[in-house]
Amino acid sequence: MREQPGRVQLRTPLSKASVAELRAGQVVALSGVVYTARDAAHQRLAAALAEGRRLPVDLAGAVIYYCGPAPAPPGRPAGSCGPTTSARMDPYTEAVLEQGVAATIGKGNRSRAVRQALVRHGAVYLVAVGGAGALLARHVRAARVVAYEDLGPEAIHEFEVEDLPAVVGYDAHGGAVFAGEEPPSARETSTARSER
Amino acid sequence: MRTITTDEISQLVAELCRRANFHLPEDVVGALERAREAERSERGRWVLDSLLENAAEAARESLPLCQDTGLVVCFVRLGRDARVEGDLGEAVDAGVRQAYTTWPLRKSVLADPLDRASNTGDNTPAVLGLELVEGDGLEVQVVPKGGGSENAGAAWMLSPSEGEEGIVARIERQVREQGGKWCPPGIVGVGVGGTLERAADLAKRAVTRPIGGAHPEAKWAALEARLLRTINATGIGPMGLGGDTTALAVHVEYHACHLASLPVAVSFQCHAARRAAGRL
Repeated sequence: MREQPGRVQLRTPLSKASVAELRAGQVVALSGVVYTARDAAHQRLAAALAEGRRLPVDLAGAVIYYCGPAPAPPGRPAGSCGPTTSARMDPYTEAVLEQGVAATIGKGNRSRAVRQALVRHGAVYLVAVGGAGALLARHVRAARVVAYEDLGPEAIHEFEVEDLPAVVGYDAHGGAVFAGEEPPSARETSTARSER
Repeated sequence: MRTITTDEISQLVAELCRRANFHLPEDVVGALERAREAERSERGRWVLDSLLENAAEAARESLPLCQDTGLVVCFVRLGRDARVEGDLGEAVDAGVRQAYTTWPLRKSVLADPLDRASNTGDNTPAVLGLELVEGDGLEVQVVPKGGGSENAGAAWMLSPSEGEEGIVARIERQVREQGGKWCPPGIVGVGVGGTLERAADLAKRAVTRPIGGAHPEAKWAALEARLLRTINATGIGPMGLGGDTTALAVHVEYHACHLASLPVAVSFQCHAARRAAGRL
């Protein structure tokens, strides 16, 4: 296993340059704004894009957090809010990367198609500690629903976060933190868009 | 014949839902601490430290351990000399409703699996498992089961000739395929024998057995130990980020089965191995 380097500070909106510097296995501390979205919200985003409608949030340089938070207790900005399984968002990921999303945060490994798309779009996938919902809530300074309120916990929430801890799961160069995952080949990442 | 009221049952279920969601069982905390000491991967230790800190934070702040506060699985053992006054299922659901609308717990239940807009709004109904036992009491175990770990489960109808080797091979393949999706390190429950649904039920009951007690029969305890070694040798590690600890424990339960069958089911319980038990 690779040596664990020191924590890398990141602030949103993420620049292409700061994303390009990240390497799989690095621990990051993310500050700024992240948007929560799970399958149901992704379905609506994808439908809006397919119909040429404007998205409810600006995704240029944005970070999407795969999370459906628990309700906020009185006096706190957010309830427990750990990551959900990212693989469920795999079918929608390339579409949001095309809108400029610089990073997604979730848990677990992802499809080869997503890894190829990350390389093509110069984006990264971050892994937060799943099930550590109470701990991660400590890093949320403010929260509000910005779209699809009817989806309840699956609505898009805007979280203002401070030093949200995560590990770089897949970097923008094909590197992976997960055991046994070979980087995608140059041929795989050079096509305009993967077949899905 | 002793009479137990639905109100008593609802109050107990509500309290167990609260306790299970905010407090990680001590045996699980102990297993995470031991794993933290033994883990050789620095990233693995970072994850395990986060999990222990998370458990402390959840208890201190009355926040759920995980935002996915689950579908409530409720195992009830009813004494033969006890009688429930009213509907047991409704009493359990009333307890779940009370807990999930009082505390900051997420409502994750769809009335219709194919209708995303059918959230019941109070996390009911629970999945109820009922057993009749000796005595005039009522025991309840509440297991809020998260979607991520539940999705990793599987069941197979093996050919009996595949035997123990077949069981170990299937489970190892499943663990490798699921990687970090089920929030390891946790408890892997295995059900062997019976029928398709009995094997799955045994697997689910196996994950609710506290860590530290091996199967009472040496042969099955040996299978548990073998599976634990096999799973931890994959190197998947805490949250799939690499390391020695993928399972904290493997529990196997079996039931007699047809000589033409070898049903096997596996159920995964994430590190937030929530459960709480009480009795009336």
